[in-house]
Amino acid sequence: MKRIGIDVGGTNTDAVLIDGDTILSSIKVPTTQDVMSGVKAALAHVSGSIAVSGRPLDAVMIGTTHFTNAVVERARLERVAAIRIALPSGSSLPPMCDWPEDLRTAVDPLIFMVHGGHEYDGSPIVPMIPDEIREAAMKIRDAGITSIAISATFSPLTTECEVTAAEIVRSIIPEARITLSHTLGRIGLLERENVALLNAALQSLGKTTVQAFSDALREASIAAPFFLTQNDGTVALADVAAANPVHSFASGPTNSMRGAAFLTGLTDAMVVDVGGTTSDIGCLVGGFPREANNIVHVGGVRTLFRMPDLLPVALGGGTIIDPETGKIGPRSVGYRILSEALVFGGNTLTTSDVAVAAGLIEMGDKDRVKGLDPAFVKASLERIRDMVTDSFDQMKTSAEDVPLIAVGGGAFLIPEKVLGASEVLRVENAGVANALGAAMAQVSGEVDQVFSGISRDEALATAEAEAQAAAVASGASRESLKTLEVEDIPIAYLPGGARRVRVRVIGDIELS
Amino acid sequence: MVAEPRKLKYDEADLRTLTVEDLDALEIGAGILGTGGGGNPYQGKLLALEAMKAGYELKILATDRIEPDALCMSIGGIGAPVVGTERLREGREGLRCLRAMEDLIRQPIDAIVCEEIGGANAINPLVTAALGGLPILDCDGMGRAFPEMQMTTFSIYGHSSTPSVMCDLHGNAVIFSHAVSEVWHERMARACVVAQGGGAMLATAPMQAHFVHRYGIPKSYTKAIALGQAVIDARKAQEDPIAAVCNLEGGRRIFNGKITDLKRHLRGGFAVGEMELAGFDDCTGQTAGVAIQNEFLIFRRNGKVEVTVPDLIVLLDVDTGYPITTEMLRYGQRVAVLAIPCHDLLRSAQALDVVGPKAFGYPELTFSPLPSIASQAA
Repeated sequence: MKRIGIDVGGTNTDAVLIDGDTILSSIKVPTTQDVMSGVKAALAHVSGSIAVSGRPLDAVMIGTTHFTNAVVERARLERVAAIRIALPSGSSLPPMCDWPEDLRTAVDPLIFMVHGGHEYDGSPIVPMIPDEIREAAMKIRDAGITSIAISATFSPLTTECEVTAAEIVRSIIPEARITLSHTLGRIGLLERENVALLNAALQSLGKTTVQAFSDALREASIAAPFFLTQNDGTVALADVAAANPVHSFASGPTNSMRGAAFLTGLTDAMVVDVGGTTSDIGCLVGGFPREANNIVHVGGVRTLFRMPDLLPVALGGGTIIDPETGKIGPRSVGYRILSEALVFGGNTLTTSDVAVAAGLIEMGDKDRVKGLDPAFVKASLERIRDMVTDSFDQMKTSAEDVPLIAVGGGAFLIPEKVLGASEVLRVENAGVANALGAAMAQVSGEVDQVFSGISRDEALATAEAEAQAAAVASGASRESLKTLEVEDIPIAYLPGGARRVRVRVIGDIELS
Repeated sequence: MVAEPRKLKYDEADLRTLTVEDLDALEIGAGILGTGGGGNPYQGKLLALEAMKAGYELKILATDRIEPDALCMSIGGIGAPVVGTERLREGREGLRCLRAMEDLIRQPIDAIVCEEIGGANAINPLVTAALGGLPILDCDGMGRAFPEMQMTTFSIYGHSSTPSVMCDLHGNAVIFSHAVSEVWHERMARACVVAQGGGAMLATAPMQAHFVHRYGIPKSYTKAIALGQAVIDARKAQEDPIAAVCNLEGGRRIFNGKITDLKRHLRGGFAVGEMELAGFDDCTGQTAGVAIQNEFLIFRRNGKVEVTVPDLIVLLDVDTGYPITTEMLRYGQRVAVLAIPCHDLLRSAQALDVVGPKAFGYPELTFSPLPSIASQAA
C-alpha cells in the first residue's frame, strides 16, 4: 500500500512517502507561522516521487499539533454551550467549575444543568425532562452558539440521555455541532465533560484545519482519502477526526513512537522524542504507546480519555541555555531556531549550539560557536544527560535495562550511554519518525464501561464486541481486527459483581 | 417553628477560618493520611471551593475550646468511590442529614465532627459544617482511613452510632433508629447505600463535646493541613517532600521500590490485593510486599512482617511526594513507603479488636507498634 505520512510539529513539518515498508521519499521542513505553507512545501517534495513506482497513492495520514496549541494558547477557540443531564446529582459542581479562568473566558460558556442521567446499573437517576432540554436549546440558539457539549451521568454505560438530548437540540438548532461525552471519555463525569467541552470549543478549528489540509492536497494534485492521526497511534478519516479534535491532542508523540517501532523493529522499548521545545518519553508495549490510565491535564484542564502515557521534559533542540549560569530551559526558541540559534546566525545560545560545538552534529555555521568554552560545553552536555537519565528511569516499568530509541529532530542531544538503558538506538530516518508513524497507522476501537449483573466472561465478551463495532465504524476492516488490551477492575462496595471493563481492538484500514 | 437565636457553646474568636491555600494543603494531607484509601478528596475540595465562592466560611475549632456538653455530630460519605466520580453529589446531602438529625433529637447541633480524616471524608464534613453555619472540631474518629464505620474511636470507646441519618442526592432521608451493634449498623447502611445508587452521606448519633475531646484523634485538621503544606513548601524549595512528611508525623521512610507485581480482586465487597516491590537506592536487593484491603494494611520486608494496621503505611510518589491511592497503583511505579505510628487511642486492646490485624483477616499476626511520636521524642 502506498501512503504519505505528514507530521506537523511545533518546530518541524515532516513528510514521507512509503510503499509497503519501503521509504520512497522523505523531507523535513521548518513549520511555518501559517503552518500550511510548510505542509505544502513538504507535500510538493514527496508527491514528486509518487509516480516512480507507478501505482496510485492509497492514503494520506496527517498528524498535527493545531488543536493542542489552540488550547494551550487559549486562541482560535469558539464559544460553547454545556448541557449536563444529571440533576439532582452534581448541582453544586457546575460544568467547568475547575477550569483555569483564562480558558473559561476564552470559550465564554453558556451552562445548563438539567434533570436526568442514569445510575451505575442503568436505571434512571430521575426521568429526563425534554422541556428542560428544549428551553436550554432555545437559549443556546438565541445566543448564536452552535457548538454544544452534552454530558450525562453514567453515559458510557447508558447513552440514552445524551442521544435523546442531542435529537431535541438538533430539532431546534439544525446546524448544531454536538459533542456527546460518552463518545470521547471514560467513567468520571467531570473529566469526561471537560473532554467534551474542549472538543466542542475546537469544532470550528477542526473544520477549517481539515479544509486547509484538503486544499493543500488538492493543490498537490492528490485525490487519495486522507486521515488524521489519533492519540493512541491510530488514524481516523479526516472528516470523522474533524468532529473529534481532542483525539488528535497527542498525535505527535504517538506517531513518533510508532515510527520508532517501525524503524527499529522493536515492539517493546522506551522512546524519547526530542522536538524543538520539549522531549516526550513514552513506552512502547507490543508496538503501541502505553496508554495513560489516569488524569491528564491539557492546558490546565483535567481530562480522562484515550491519551498516551507520556512524560514531558523541557529539553529540545531549541531549548535556551543561560550563558551565565548554564541553566538549561525551560524556555525555547521553538520554530524560530533557524533564525535565533547561534549556529544559524542568531544571538541565543541553545542546546543545538552546544551540540554543534561538541561535534555531535553538523548544522549551520559551526564557526559561530568556536568561541564557547569547552568546559561549559561539557558541563551542559552532562546536565542534558542527567535530565534524560532521570526522566527515562521514571518511565521504566522494571529495574531491568531496556532499549531506548531516540527519535525526533533533536535526537542528537541524547547521549550514547544512558544509565538503565541496554542500548541507545538511533535509526536512519529518525528525524522523520513521526511522519513514518503516521503513515503506518491503523484504526482502533475502544470501550470503557461498567458492567454489573453479568459474569466477568460475559462482560469481557460484550465489551470486546462493542470495541470491534466501534473500530469498524471508524474505518477498520473487520477481518484484520485484533484485541490489543483488556483490563477489568472490580468496583468496591457494590453488589452484583460490578466491574469496569476496558477493551481496545485494532485493525487495518478498510480500503475502498 | 420559629428558630430562636442559637446560643453559641464556643467563643467565635477561637475559630480558624480556612483559606483556599489551606484547602489545597488539606487535599494532599488527607490523601497522605488516607493510607491508600478513603477516596479522592478532589471532588470534596471543589464542593468546598464552590461553597466559599458562595460566601460560606469553613471554620475549625479545637476540641477543648467548646463547652463540654455541646452536641457534636459526626458525618461522612458512604459508598463506592468509582460511583462517586460519576454520580456527583448534589452538594447538600450533609446539610439535610444535619437538619434531619436536629428534627429527630429536637435539639440544635453545635458542631460537626469528622469520622475519617483520610481521603474524601476529610472535606465532606467541612462542607456540611460550612453550609450549616457550624464549626468543625479539629479531630476525627480514625486519624487515617478505615473501610468501615465501626472502626472509629468513637464507636470503639462506647459511643453507639445510632440513631443515625442517611441522605442521598434525591432528598431521601433514612433514619436508623437503633442497631444492636456497630457492625449491624455498618451492614444495614451498606445495604441502604446500594438502594440509594451507591453514594450517600451518613450522620451518626450526636456526641457530647467532652467525649469527642477525650476519644477523638486530636488535631486532625491542623495536622493534615500542615502535612500537605510541608509537601507543597518542600516542592517549591526543591527539597525532599518525603523527608518533610516524616519529620512532621514521626514517620520513617522504610522502603524505596518499584512495583513489580500487583494482584487485585474483590472480597466481601472490598477491593483487596497484594503488591510486590523491588527495592532501589538504599533498598537495592530487597523485596517488599504490601497487603491491601481498600487501604494499605500490612508491610513485609523480604517476607517478614514489619508494619501492620492500625499503624499507617503510606505510599508516596518518589519524586513529587504526592500520596498514591490503591486505585492509582500500577506496575512499574516508583514509590517511597512510609511507616507512621498511629495514635495511642488506636493501640489499646479494645481498639485492636476492631482495627488490628485480626479484624482484617490476619489472625496469625500480632500488632507490634512502631515507636510512637512521644517515645521518639523522649
